[in-house]
Amino acid sequence: MQAFLAEYLPILIFIGIATIFSGIAVGASLFIAPQRPDVEKTSAYECGFEAFGDARHKFDVRFYLVAILFIIFDLEVAFLFPWAISLGNIGAFGFWSMMIFLGILTIGFVYEWRKGALEWE
Amino acid sequence: MIEALAFYIFSSIAVAAAFMVISARNPVHSVLFLILTFFNVAGMFVILGAEFLAMILVVVYVGAVAVLFMFVVMMLDINFVELRQGFLNYLPIGSLIGLVMLIELATLFGSWVVTPVIANRGLMPTPSPDITTNTHALGNIVYTHYVYLFQAAGMILLVAMIGAIVLTHRNRPGVKKQDIGRQLNRNPANSVEIRKVEIGKGI
Repeated sequence: MQAFLAEYLPILIFIGIATIFSGIAVGASLFIAPQRPDVEKTSAYECGFEAFGDARHKFDVRFYLVAILFIIFDLEVAFLFPWAISLGNIGAFGFWSMMIFLGILTIGFVYEWRKGALEWE
Repeated sequence: MIEALAFYIFSSIAVAAAFMVISARNPVHSVLFLILTFFNVAGMFVILGAEFLAMILVVVYVGAVAVLFMFVVMMLDINFVELRQGFLNYLPIGSLIGLVMLIELATLFGSWVVTPVIANRGLMPTPSPDITTNTHALGNIVYTHYVYLFQAAGMILLVAMIGAIVLTHRNRPGVKKQDIGRQLNRNPANSVEIRKVEIGKGI
């Protein structure tokens, strides 16, 4: 086994423990607890009135805009990690390379700020 | 031994979850199975020695792309049960096309040879994970050796950002917003008007 994989062994063990415990928790309630469902029990609970409409209704497209902007900045951060870790090796060129990259994305950020895409009315 | 066991567990769960993505009846469940697939593939990346890729897969794909897929599923007003009808009818021809593509890919990768000219010039050799960490190895070349591609990635992200705003952002008229600067700048002189009202008459 490679040396670095040994460092991941605790994570693997934890995943195993988590799987076993959540399996016990869900499985025990599935098999031990009595289950006699009927229409009233399984219907969605509303505070006092009959449920109207579906729980799944259409989302506004604005959520999508927020999510896509989040992905873009998430990717920007993903680029920052290796840069930060090996900044000592890549020198000034690497530093300014990242600064230009951040500058390009800052143009986009200023654009979306001025456009009001971050506001929720 | 543990490595091989972990690989088989991860890969079998990944394949099973990927199958559930296309066969689950509820599209929300499909997205959840997709997240399970991402996690297992991340585990396989760790086994391969690509730690950085594994973590980015969890951060970007599970954290952002799966959320985006969830929004798309919730946003589209498609009756998925109706859409899925005839799934079994199209299964033979679909799997036939899949098989053809699989054979094509197999022949392609079976005969794939990188030209020695390029192999010696452009590509950087992968350092052993025992000497340098994966993230270090990437950081050493991405920002200097591949600087043009790196800046191109920045440009693509900029285009994506502006494109998303242009396509989906609408200025809704008639929305009352709170403008704190305007609120604080108000004074009685320009917001209150005092009038003498004569008795028996309105304004």
